[in-house]
Amino acid sequence: MTQPLLTVDNLKLHFPVKSGLLRRTALYNRAVDGVTLHVKRGETLGLVGESGCGKTSLGRCIARLYKPTSGQIHFDGQDISHLTHKAMLPIRQDIQMIFQDPMESLNARHTIGDILEEPLIIHRAGEYAVRQQRVRALLDIVGLPMRSISRYPFEFSGGQRQRIGIARAIALNPRLIICDEPVSALDVSIQSQILNLLIELQKEYGLSYLFIAHDLAVVKHVSDRIAIMYLGKIIEEGPSQLIYSQARHPYTQSLINAIPVPDPHHKRQREIIVGDVPSPIHPPGGCSFHPRCPRQFTPCLAKQPAQVTLSEQHKVSCHLSASHDAS
Amino acid sequence: MPNLLEIHDLVTEFDTDEGVVRAVDQVSFEVKPGATLGLVGESGCGKSVTALSVMQLLPNPAGRIVSGNIFFQGLDLTHLSIAEMENLRGNEIGMVFQEPMTALNPVQTIGRQLTEVLHLHTDQSDASALQAAVEILEKVGIPSPEIRLSEYPHQLSGGMRQRVLIAIALICSPSLLIADEPTTALDVTIQAQILDLIENLQKQLGMAVLMITHDLGVIAETCQDVVVMYAGKVVEKGSVFDIFDHPKHPYTQGLLRSIPRLDSPAKSKLEVIDGMVPGLLDLPSGCRFQNRCPLKTAQCEYTSPAMELVNSNHQVSCLNWKNP
Repeated sequence: MTQPLLTVDNLKLHFPVKSGLLRRTALYNRAVDGVTLHVKRGETLGLVGESGCGKTSLGRCIARLYKPTSGQIHFDGQDISHLTHKAMLPIRQDIQMIFQDPMESLNARHTIGDILEEPLIIHRAGEYAVRQQRVRALLDIVGLPMRSISRYPFEFSGGQRQRIGIARAIALNPRLIICDEPVSALDVSIQSQILNLLIELQKEYGLSYLFIAHDLAVVKHVSDRIAIMYLGKIIEEGPSQLIYSQARHPYTQSLINAIPVPDPHHKRQREIIVGDVPSPIHPPGGCSFHPRCPRQFTPCLAKQPAQVTLSEQHKVSCHLSASHDAS
Repeated sequence: MPNLLEIHDLVTEFDTDEGVVRAVDQVSFEVKPGATLGLVGESGCGKSVTALSVMQLLPNPAGRIVSGNIFFQGLDLTHLSIAEMENLRGNEIGMVFQEPMTALNPVQTIGRQLTEVLHLHTDQSDASALQAAVEILEKVGIPSPEIRLSEYPHQLSGGMRQRVLIAIALICSPSLLIADEPTTALDVTIQAQILDLIENLQKQLGMAVLMITHDLGVIAETCQDVVVMYAGKVVEKGSVFDIFDHPKHPYTQGLLRSIPRLDSPAKSKLEVIDGMVPGLLDLPSGCRFQNRCPLKTAQCEYTSPAMELVNSNHQVSCLNWKNP
C-alpha cells in the first residue's frame, strides 16, 4: 500500500482562446501547465495560489470534469486521464468534490433529502428505504437536524449549506475529496466549525483530501503537505511545517509574509511583491515569476527553472536554489 | 485633542417585508484625528450599515437613522441638509467599498471618475484637475497614470481597480477615510500592497481611517483601536492591545481562538463558537450572544448588558465578564 492514491504526471490543461472575425483559435490559456503531484491515502495535500493560478482548473481536471490536454492522472493505479464518460462513472464514486459556494452548487429547487439521495440513485446504492436511511445517517454525520430533509437550500445559513455540500460529497464513501475553497465564503466563527468537521471525517473514514485554497493559514492547519501553484505550475512543495518555516521559493516566502498576523505585537517584516499575476495566455518567458520576483537574476529571464529536490519531500523550482545546490 | 468622529447611541432601522429590522442598535464609538479604528464583526453584525449611516448613504426609503447623533468635526451629520452632506461626502469624508468592480462606473473612463470629484468640490480648471488626477494615481502606485486616465474599469485588474477607488476617495485629501472591507476581494499579496498603501497615505496626509473588516489579522496590523460588533450591538471596544491581549467578552475571546494561525499545530481541533448568529428579526430578549455563550447565566435571558469599564479605554458589554 505504498503506492499513492492519486498521482498526476506532467498534467496540462490548455483552454483555446477564440478571437478575430472567424473565431479561430490563435492562443491558448495555459491554465494548468505541466503539474506533477501525488496524494497519499489518508493524507491532505494543500494546494495554494492566488486567483487565476489554475488551482481550480487543476482540481476539476483531476475530478475529470475537464479533459486534460496532455499528461496522466492515475487514481489507485488506474490511468483515468482519457477515460470516456461511461468508463469514468464507477470511479466518480471514489472522487468527489466540495465547492466554494454551496448556494450555487446545491439545486435551489430540490429538498435536502433529494440532493443527498441523488448520488445514491445514480450509483444504484440500494432501494428506497436503504437510501432514506443513508440520507438520515449523512445528516447526523455532518450535524444537521433531521427535519432538514424536507427543506430547501435557501432555508439554511452559509455554514449549514456547506455541511450539506459535505454530506453529499461523502454520500458514496469516496476515497478522495477535492475541496475547492470550502471555507472562504464563511464567517470566521463558522469556518472553524467546518474545518473541524473535515478533519474529523478524515480521521473517521480515512479520506484523502486535495484541499484548494488561497488562505495559507487555513491550508497549513488542515494539510500534511502543501503545494504552491503559480501560473499553472507547482513552484514549491513539501511538508506543511517545512513550507511554513523554511520556504525556499521567493513567491512562497512573500505569500507567507503577506498574511496579516492576528497579533498586534507581531512586527511585520514584509517584503511586498509588486505587480499582479500575469495573464496565463501570455506567460512571461523564463521563470514565470521573474517580473515580480525581488531576487531575480540573469538566468531567470532566460530559462524555466528545473525542479530541485532539497530533501526527500521538499522540492522547489527556482534558479536561486539550483545555484545554491551546485555551490 | 477633540475626536474627529463621534457616534452616540446610533440606531438604524430597515423596513423589510417581514417587519422592521434594527440593524444598528445603540452603537457608540469615537475616531481620533489621524488614528485608525477597526470595526470588526461577522456578516450581518451591522458594521457596514454603521458606515453607511455616517455617510448618510442608507438606501432610501427602506433605511433610516431612528435616533442617536453622529458628530464629525463637531457637526451633527444627522441634522445636515442633503446639500450640506454632499459637500462633505467625497471631500472631507472619503469612502472605499469592498467590490471595486461594482463601485466604479463601467462606462466612464478612470479620468472622468476622478476629476468628477474635483469638479464637484473645487473650482479647478479641467487641466489642473487632470494634473491632480495623474498625481493621485501616481501616489496610489498605478504605473503610467497618463495612459490609465483614458481607460475603463474593465481594462484594470482587481488590485488596480481598488487603487483607483482609493484614489477617488483621497483626491480631495479627506480627514476621514471609511474603508469597508477594502481588501476582502483581493489576493493576499495584493492585500498587503493595498494595506501598506493606505498606511503610507495616512502618514502623509494625516487622515483618520475607519477600517471595517472581518479579518482579525488586518485589524491587528493596521488599527490602534478596535470596536467589536455582534448582531447590531457593540460588545467590546478598546485599544488593539486590550482586545487581542485581554479580551473580556466571550464572543471576542471565541473569535480570537477560532482562527487557524500559521504557528498552530496542524490538524488540531480548532475552538469553535457553537451555533450561529440570531436573525435580527427574532432577537432574544436580554443578551444577544446568550445562545452561543459559555458564560451564560439565567440573568442573561432577560437583562441586556450595559457597557462597563474595564479600564479607562477598554469597555465590555457582558454581565459575567468579571467571573469567567
